[in-house]
Amino acid sequence: MIELKGITKVYGKGRKAATALSNLDLSIRKGEIFGVIGHSGAGKSTLIRCINLLERPTDGEVWVDGVDLTRLSRSQLQEQRRKIGMIYQHFNLLSSATVYDNIAFPLRLMKLTKAQIEDKVRELLSLVGLEEHRNKYPAQLSGGQKQRVGIARALASNPHVLLCDEATSALDPQTTDSILRLLLDINRKLNLTIVLITHEMHVIQSICDRVAVIHGGGIVEQGEVAKVFLKPQHEVTKEFIRSETQQDSPLQAALASGELGKAVKITFLGEKTYESTLSHVARGTGVNFAILQGTISTIKDVPYGQLVVRFEGEAAAVDSTIAELTAQGLDVEVLTR
Amino acid sequence: MSGLDFSAIDWQEMQDATIATLKMLLYSGIFTIILGLPLGIVLYLSGRSNNMFIRVVYSVLSFVVNILRSVPFIILMVALIPVSKAIVGTAIGVLGTIPALVIGAAPFFARLVETSLREVDRGVIEAAQGMGASTLQIVMRVLLPEARPGLLAGITITLVTLVSYTAMSGMVGGGGLGDLAIRYGYYRYEKEVMIISVIFMVVLVQLLQIAGDRLVKFFTRK
Repeated sequence: MIELKGITKVYGKGRKAATALSNLDLSIRKGEIFGVIGHSGAGKSTLIRCINLLERPTDGEVWVDGVDLTRLSRSQLQEQRRKIGMIYQHFNLLSSATVYDNIAFPLRLMKLTKAQIEDKVRELLSLVGLEEHRNKYPAQLSGGQKQRVGIARALASNPHVLLCDEATSALDPQTTDSILRLLLDINRKLNLTIVLITHEMHVIQSICDRVAVIHGGGIVEQGEVAKVFLKPQHEVTKEFIRSETQQDSPLQAALASGELGKAVKITFLGEKTYESTLSHVARGTGVNFAILQGTISTIKDVPYGQLVVRFEGEAAAVDSTIAELTAQGLDVEVLTR
Repeated sequence: MSGLDFSAIDWQEMQDATIATLKMLLYSGIFTIILGLPLGIVLYLSGRSNNMFIRVVYSVLSFVVNILRSVPFIILMVALIPVSKAIVGTAIGVLGTIPALVIGAAPFFARLVETSLREVDRGVIEAAQGMGASTLQIVMRVLLPEARPGLLAGITITLVTLVSYTAMSGMVGGGGLGDLAIRYGYYRYEKEVMIISVIFMVVLVQLLQIAGDRLVKFFTRK
């Protein structure tokens, strides 16, 4: 669906040149919600703006829907851009136009008739739940409502892709969740491919299917959200997850020193999260356990649990407990040596 | 104040002069907008381009605009007498002053237009580009509507400036209230006509400013 090949973006020339992206490849599948997470300055904003060529890469190819956008003429590009919707952190609505006129904007660019525009805008207003606000100006709306207008406007031209540039970063947590639910809803209803960039792991965890972690102008890790989230490899990824799950470091230090005895991190995914596997196995092998830390939550709609557990008992019994848990399909990582 | 005798004022002449001033204001205002608005848009667009050739165009335009703005209007007016003759066939009266007024005010208005367009949020322009809008569509559907309050304020300022320009044009036989004030007040020491003419112009400027402010307020959505 979207293929970025060898994207390099250098700002400025000569000695003042700054490289935002270097030789980056990325592949996004049709119908998925793909998240890109990174700190500010990592190049994520440049990356998403390269997808519709708001930012023209210094080098590389941008393929969307089988078309290399970098080779198009100005007018061909304008045509292709209508298939790519975009929403922004600061909404970027026309302050001089009503909600209705903002949503109608892309339709008027396409020179549709008045009746066609009316039909489409009405449909979009009901999709984003703003029917009563059609004649208001953006200044009269809350942040969440403004982003809903932004979403309706982005969807007006029936795009195949929706790009979200920090779309929830200016919103409070509750509003963020309602916007994320709306995006997920749209993704399912319209089978729309969504690419979003964010610096919040929470956003990725809530709605993304796959995630890429960007750092220093390149992608350092990518994959299914559950895999990346539960088994992070790169230091930057671990940092994002720590900030989300708030795993505290005194415990980590105590575990590493071995003063707490044998501790393991057990990861449950899917239905296993709700099963009593742990106590069942422990009862069988005769060991006792204490839960030192735990998270039970969901990734998109999939439940998961991650527990740090200390076992008490015969060394052999502990080992067979671990073996049995693994045999039951749980992921067990021994934290102490 | 003693020795002022307002009874000697020829009110018919006063009325004719007022109408002449309003006519000059109207015509020069219209042509200033017709010339200055596109010029301001071109200045704005060319000033943001990365293209070397367009940058040169911007520098040249900007230089010409600055020259026209730095020449005192009274000198510009005299210098433009041949131009006025060539365009409207005369350099005196209401008609004769309009080319000079427009050439004097259009560069000024163009700068005001450029400034108000620069105030338009970059993000909104970018969003329009992202939706596949052409440059013309961006100008017509984004820049001008978004900058409307600023443009209206610019028009108000320009019209007020034109009122004082029309008064100066009295010096070279332009007609109107300024002409009346200079002829009676300055050349013939008849202060009464001068005072009344000035009062009329003050009232005119006040009315323009109030109307302009109201329009700006009406169109401001922020």
